[in-house]
Amino acid sequence: MTPPTATAEALLEVDGLAKSYGALDVLTGVDLAVPAGQALGIVGPNGAGKSTLLSVINGTERATRGVVRFAGRDVTSVSPADRARAGMGRTFQIPRPFTHLTVFENALAGASYGAGLHGHAADMRALEALEMADMLDVANAPAGSLPLLGRKRLELARALATEPRLLLLDEIAGGLTEAECDSLIATIRQLHGEGITIIWIEHVVKALTAVVERLVCLATGVIVADGPPDEVMRSAEVQRVYLGGGL
Amino acid sequence: MAELVPGHVRVDRLRRRMIATQIVGAVVILLLALAPYVFVPAVTSQWIKLFYLITLATVWNLLAGYAGMVSVGQQAYIGLGAYGIFVFNDLGVNPYAGALVASVAIGVIAFGLSFVAFRLRGGYFAIGTWVIAEAVRQVVVRFDSLGAGRGRSIADYTEDPVMRNLFTYWLALGILAATLIATLFLLRSRMGVALQSIRDNEVAARALGIHVGRAKRIVFVIAGIGAGLAGSVISLQQLGVQSPNQIFSVSFSAFMVFMVLIGGIGTIEGPIVGAVVYYVMDLYFSQMGLWYTSARWACGTSRCSVCWRSS
Ligand SMILES: Nc1ncnc2c1ncn2[C@@H]1O[C@H](COP(=O)(O)OP(=O)(O)OP(=O)(O)O)[C@@H](O)[C@H]1O
Ligand SMILES: [Mg+2]
Repeated sequence: MTPPTATAEALLEVDGLAKSYGALDVLTGVDLAVPAGQALGIVGPNGAGKSTLLSVINGTERATRGVVRFAGRDVTSVSPADRARAGMGRTFQIPRPFTHLTVFENALAGASYGAGLHGHAADMRALEALEMADMLDVANAPAGSLPLLGRKRLELARALATEPRLLLLDEIAGGLTEAECDSLIATIRQLHGEGITIIWIEHVVKALTAVVERLVCLATGVIVADGPPDEVMRSAEVQRVYLGGGL
Repeated sequence: MAELVPGHVRVDRLRRRMIATQIVGAVVILLLALAPYVFVPAVTSQWIKLFYLITLATVWNLLAGYAGMVSVGQQAYIGLGAYGIFVFNDLGVNPYAGALVASVAIGVIAFGLSFVAFRLRGGYFAIGTWVIAEAVRQVVVRFDSLGAGRGRSIADYTEDPVMRNLFTYWLALGILAATLIATLFLLRSRMGVALQSIRDNEVAARALGIHVGRAKRIVFVIAGIGAGLAGSVISLQQLGVQSPNQIFSVSFSAFMVFMVLIGGIGTIEGPIVGAVVYYVMDLYFSQMGLWYTSARWACGTSRCSVCWRSS
């Protein structure tokens, strides 16, 4: 079905993506192609539209204009649930735990539905995800009892439980200690090594540059810089955005 | 399920907690099924009310406590279940079998109505379900063959009162057992996790691959069928419907809320406990009229506020 064009191997492709909330134009034409296996970092000032971009990619929000293609298929009007089943996993910047379920059951939801596993296989996948996110010790705790950092880690665990091909991460490193941050970097590196495509929004640039091979800077709803991390961080656009945006 | 290996973690699953409950439940239901051989019909026929109350509380808990759909319109299905007995009885179906046939029809109706109800969220959903129940009542009273606004009796029923009570007793018990088994099965399956995920956070549930609409619809239909079966039992016990206003009364919803909140919302045993408490209160205080009503509501509201705060 997919024509053998230059972008055919991109796992994710967005074209002219726009998103408005009423009169507020949050995204105003984003074009981005992410090849399978790439780890891409996104930086940008507060309110640039980074989280909104993830939401439009995974279907939590509907695009006002533009197209989202995943694995060669147009998913612009596909439900978020079906996008998750097709292999998109995402974390939420403001955690959304299932507070009355245990941490294990939270991950089990991802393993059962996103990954489509049943019975023992689902249980094992959920545990594996908890192990990767270093949450095995709190597996039986109600998710509602977790402190903020625990809830953020649960976001990662749940997304991993869905066995994603594309992992969308939204500010998971904020507030971590040096050691915790290093262990998170190691985890994401490992996932990257396993061939999972990653898009990671992060204000902790040090964590990003330790993992990603490509960095995109988003400002006021458009991509203003795109390339190798050190080049992007040094570019005039990013310097201006950051000085102006007061990161 | 305790033998999950990584890091030697033992994971608490609903599954393990429920085995003991299942055994106890099966024994209790078996004993109840044999009770008519020990007790006189006057005693056992009183329990019919308890059975349909537990059925109602259980399905409302499934709807509100597990799937987060706070409906105050389940009386729509109670009424349809009660009137369904007439419809199928008039077509020559035995009234007990009629209850089961009606429940299938009610499932279809609930499926259709879900498309109306699901357009609304939260408080609007609650009010919408009530409006739907009123609309259903308005439609039913238009049929002269169903007694219009006056209510009706079953045309063709078992003459012998002892046998009649026995059949109704077993039917009510069977419906209760089926409701409890279906609920346990549903919650134990991965659907149980999905429903609770949806209740706690719909956006996250979707992002994890859960088809929110589909899961809610399944529960909505099951809850409609359960309420319909309870309505059929009420109709069979009273040999008809006293008035459409009574069987379509929103106070059924109030009782369901009361029973579930007092016993513990979002738990399997909660509605059973709540229904028993309600049944006993109803039995012993019903002569006290106003005092009873006030005490019940005072008790209900204080308990409500406790539940909402702790959730
Ligand atoms: N549901 C919504 N309704 C209205 N406005 C919204 C909504 N979601 C986001 N916005 C607005 O869109 C803009 C972009 O928000 P977004 O969360 O995408 O920014 P961000 O780049 O992720 O910022 P941050 O770095 O603070 O996380 C902000 O001005 C925000 O107030
Ligand atoms: Mg954000």
